[in-house]
Amino acid sequence: MSKVMLEVKELTTKYITRFGEDVYAVDHVSLKVEEGKSLGIAGESGCGKSTLALSLMGYYFAPLHYTSGEIIINGRNITKLDPDDVRKSVLGTEIAYIPQAAMNALNPTQKVINIIEDVVKAHDSSKNKKDIYDLAKKSFEVLGLPAEVLQKYPVELSGGMKQRTVIAISVILGPKVLIADEPSSALDVTSQKMVIKMLRNLMENGYVKSMIFITHELPLLYNVTDDIMVMYAGQILEKGSAKEAVFDPLHPYSKGLMGSIIVPEAGLRDVKLTAIPGVPPNLKKPPAGCRFAERCKYVRPECKASVNLHELEGGRAYRCVYSEDELREAYKNGH
Amino acid sequence: MATEKKSCLSGSGLTKVFGFGRQRTVAVDHVDFDFYEGEIISIVGESGSGKTTLAKMLLGLISTTEGDVYFQGQKRDISSQKKKQEYWKSTQAIFQDPFSSYNIFNKVDAVLLDCIHMRGGRKLPYAKKVELMAEACSFVNLKFEELTNKYPFELSGGQMQRLMIARIFLLKPKILLADEPTSMIDACSRATILELLKQLRDETGMTLIFITHDIGLAYYVSDSVYIMEHGKIVEHGSADEVILHPKETYTQRLINDVPKIYEEWDLSTV
Repeated sequence: MSKVMLEVKELTTKYITRFGEDVYAVDHVSLKVEEGKSLGIAGESGCGKSTLALSLMGYYFAPLHYTSGEIIINGRNITKLDPDDVRKSVLGTEIAYIPQAAMNALNPTQKVINIIEDVVKAHDSSKNKKDIYDLAKKSFEVLGLPAEVLQKYPVELSGGMKQRTVIAISVILGPKVLIADEPSSALDVTSQKMVIKMLRNLMENGYVKSMIFITHELPLLYNVTDDIMVMYAGQILEKGSAKEAVFDPLHPYSKGLMGSIIVPEAGLRDVKLTAIPGVPPNLKKPPAGCRFAERCKYVRPECKASVNLHELEGGRAYRCVYSEDELREAYKNGH
Repeated sequence: MATEKKSCLSGSGLTKVFGFGRQRTVAVDHVDFDFYEGEIISIVGESGSGKTTLAKMLLGLISTTEGDVYFQGQKRDISSQKKKQEYWKSTQAIFQDPFSSYNIFNKVDAVLLDCIHMRGGRKLPYAKKVELMAEACSFVNLKFEELTNKYPFELSGGQMQRLMIARIFLLKPKILLADEPTSMIDACSRATILELLKQLRDETGMTLIFITHDIGLAYYVSDSVYIMEHGKIVEHGSADEVILHPKETYTQRLINDVPKIYEEWDLSTV
């Protein structure tokens, strides 16, 4: 068994609103990512995917607050660390984060090389400009970006190029875990493909040891990640390998998500998309029991009681009162 | 669909040039097209291929440098503000960003009431107006009772975009131009919106022009597809023809760029 790079045990984080209400956006989430593996997180808008990404970094700022649970990166527990230590010794070197909007992540008044100098010097002040330039040039070459980009201002780059630059900057210190939060959702399909190719390259070259990829586009997850985790209202509803999650979903919510996949392949036009009615629940007052119950078409009276995550063999898990066979039977009759 | 196709909107040699001298950019370059009544037409291309510029010209929001647009067989005349408003009575648009599509000071009721008033319902009793608004909301799976007295920014992106469709349902235009209506919302709401647009076309028989960069979406919704590259239309035809048997390498590339699940996704061709 290979080395575990990131392990999260029962992590719970909350937002405290202006009125003092607690909103638990990440609710007892446990996950594990091994070396050389990638994990995909799927779910609708407002399901806590991005909050989970922020929480994983161990660096909390208001209104996000840590409540309970543990984050272990490469054998080191970072939950008890001081925020300043987290910035110095965890962010960038252990765990890196790629935001959704690269346009806002780059300082428009600085050249790309200056931004990189800032990043590297914050962690190792002994490096001089020449070293940093060589390091940046080498990693840009490996990642297939032209070296001229280093001498340019962010406004001179196209959207896809900016996003790839941000990725190159975030991995320059060789992080153990890379968290990509919807890195391609603001791009068109051609740039999206370049970003995906780059992320795959990073994994294959060993620039990053493991990756967490967050998106609502299931075909992308299927092509990028090894495992898929489906989140809903701050909880994990289903875990499994990419193939199992896409072609054989167990939870009714995952089933609904898979029904909204659109790919340009023959036969698509005859399929009617099965969108899930309704909206995710308000997390200020999450419903007792199954949080998906009010939108679920297979709802039963037992759904009112709390539901645990059932672990199956081979790393699969799902959170539903139905048994595996009952679910499969229901899908067979329902479609 | 009617057996005899009637042209709804067509153009010949449509061109738009921005700037002059060294800055001269030909955004749309002698484009010819023929959109038939009651069809869903997709215009597909990557960023910067001139899709949105073409859309703005069709809507009459920007002037054309060269070429003519024909609306229902007649040459479109939007030379004066009055004529423009006359043209806009039969065209409507849904834009990419639902968050900037609404007047932030108007409540949802006001948005929908405006549409009723625009279609000559100003003198109707209030109860009748509420009935019409509720009908439009239920068409898009929203509950009017929940929306009333709310501001658009209190809704989610998907709900806002659906409210936009409820407006279109009340206005019943001849042409609806949807410019990337689903690019800012998640995959699940996207399915709802696409189904609603199809249903709207089936019920009202309007012509729907759908602009997107995702050829998968285009294939799902449309009857005919126009592929744009650098301001030119490089390929057009029925959706099955263009997407299952593409002739141009550019179309082939666009199809390759969309992630697949049933076939191998070839990443080497970037």
